[in-house]
Amino acid sequence: MRVALFVPCYVDQFYPQVAIATLELLEKLGVEVHVPSNQTCCGQPMANSGFASSTEGCDTNFSKNFDGFDYIVGPSGSCILHLKEHHPSEKIRKSVFEICEFLVDVLKVKSLSANFPHKIGLHQSCHGQRGLHLSSMTELNEKPFSKLASLLDLVKGVEYVYPERADECCGFGGTFCVTEEAVSVRMGQDRVESHLKNEIEFIVGGDTSCLMHMEGILKRQGSKVQVKHIVEILNHA
Amino acid sequence: MLNHAEASEKFIEDAERTTWHDETLWFVRSKRDKVSKLLPEWEALREQASQIKDHTLANLGQYLEEFEANAQKNGIIVHWAKDAQEHNEIVHSIISKHGGKALVKSKSMLTEECHLNDFLTKKGVEVVDTDLGERIVQFRNEVPSHIVLPAIHLKKEDVGETFHEFLGTPKGNKDPQFLTEAARQHLRGFFLGANVAITGVNFAVAETGEFVVCTNEGNADMGAHLAKVHIACMGIEKMIPKRKDLGVFLRLLARSATGQLITTYSSHFAKPREGQEMHIVLVDNGRTRQLARDEFRNSLKCIRCAACFNTCPVYRRSGGHSYHQPVAGPIGSILAPNFDKSANVDLPFASTLCGSCSNVCPVKINIHEQLWFWRQDLMKDGLAPLGKSLSMKGMAFVFSNPTIFKMAGYMGRLVMRFAPFIVNNSLNPWFKQREMPDAPKESFQSWYKNRK
Repeated sequence: MRVALFVPCYVDQFYPQVAIATLELLEKLGVEVHVPSNQTCCGQPMANSGFASSTEGCDTNFSKNFDGFDYIVGPSGSCILHLKEHHPSEKIRKSVFEICEFLVDVLKVKSLSANFPHKIGLHQSCHGQRGLHLSSMTELNEKPFSKLASLLDLVKGVEYVYPERADECCGFGGTFCVTEEAVSVRMGQDRVESHLKNEIEFIVGGDTSCLMHMEGILKRQGSKVQVKHIVEILNHA
Repeated sequence: MLNHAEASEKFIEDAERTTWHDETLWFVRSKRDKVSKLLPEWEALREQASQIKDHTLANLGQYLEEFEANAQKNGIIVHWAKDAQEHNEIVHSIISKHGGKALVKSKSMLTEECHLNDFLTKKGVEVVDTDLGERIVQFRNEVPSHIVLPAIHLKKEDVGETFHEFLGTPKGNKDPQFLTEAARQHLRGFFLGANVAITGVNFAVAETGEFVVCTNEGNADMGAHLAKVHIACMGIEKMIPKRKDLGVFLRLLARSATGQLITTYSSHFAKPREGQEMHIVLVDNGRTRQLARDEFRNSLKCIRCAACFNTCPVYRRSGGHSYHQPVAGPIGSILAPNFDKSANVDLPFASTLCGSCSNVCPVKINIHEQLWFWRQDLMKDGLAPLGKSLSMKGMAFVFSNPTIFKMAGYMGRLVMRFAPFIVNNSLNPWFKQREMPDAPKESFQSWYKNRK
């Protein structure tokens, strides 16, 4: 099983601890992880802005880095969804996995040595949830489940709660966060507020982009509540 | 005209009203969730509705002709309008033939789309919208902000003031029951006096030549039953093949729209009563153009329930008028570019692509995917502002070149760490109400290189 770690561009630059946790977690689980060094971006920022026609260079670079791997695993539901839906290579589309999806469906992880004695608010990011179906969706008449929650169940000490309106969008939305600044911020403020009502210490999710947006709002409010990617919890000793 | 982002910013300035608007519509969405989950077959119903609509759209010409023939057999006069102008002229010619000076109209989004009110008013015909919400916005010279709840942007205080001005209700009275009664008394005279009534159409049944109008207030029925002439205006996509298909749609429509099990009135109009004249105007107005576009065809499945409005986190916080179109919300954002690409270039971008709209849609329109496809279509047509296309080209260049990406990332983090004022200022929309993330000393890749 040849596994490559895909590190989204902004995670590489601003949240290296998320990529480190992903790498360490996979290694702890006995996976030999390759990290292609010339990877950049999945192409989503351009495509979602209406410039899918400009992602050719990006796609080619992705293929150059990731061709030949059985599994391409990344800590971002959003980037993975983009690759799954829009990368020109069928082989790539079929090999990309969001980290929680990979842990649950491929590795079928049944135990973890993690310990995180804190109360956290679980944020189900839309692209992971609705796009990759990592968990059930409140709009649909379906049996409730969550791959993120099932992994958190393996962590000692952690207590996770959902906010009211469990799967409302946080308002990040890629370039939406600046082109529609007012709505984006208002959505983020509302999301943060409903998490804070639960008296949590951390907001935890599967997409660092949503977390970055909520973190920006929390910090501006002077809140002590922090954000963490779920892999940081799953990898926490 | 303000674009969506600008109009939303204005709407949100009133934080309290925004909260109220958001919570009111979320309440409707919650009701919809509750009743939809009472039906074990809910998802199967959605699938069936979607397939019936797909099938109908694939055979639309045939069903329209079948409908026309059956409607004519029933004694209904059928008209075809290729666009809004033709629709308005047909309606006007019927009214003039009967010497009509005033008409009562019950809510029809199609006539909003065609701007019929303006057209008729200019010709000297008084149009009275008879739905409570529509009448309120008509008094205020506004357009509906929601296709099912047209005055949802207004609070009862606003309605009290409007009625005080137009109906002479006591100043400061905001009692919903009192105000509704005032509107009722006011409208009664128009119902009794008008010789022409216009209604919309929710479903037209090809098999029988009848059409079905769903309302809660009963005003469509009162208008149509009292007037000598009944004109029903419909987009050609309202067709369904058989009467038995109605069972699927009527169960979905009200549950999706308001969380009711069924609308108070689901009225079947099959033929004119004795002495009455009944007309149907079948309107294209761009629908066949949309039908020919693979990516966007199934937007024509829409049954106008507005579930996508109520669930949309953007709509709830920006208000319907920010969409500057008769049909707002997510569905409006995929319909509007079909009418005018450059005037509506902002709308497909008024979304985070969260996908909730597609999940609530009772006929399974892939709304959020179509938003994405419209973005591509509009940018391909060169409708991006210059700054945007340049920055996209720049981004594409950086991401295609790993060395440049690493360098740019390094420089960027350096700036943020040692000269944060360069990004932490009013020119950066992120920073206006949010802090920037901390810039770490090292990227993951450089950490990884040193680890080995």
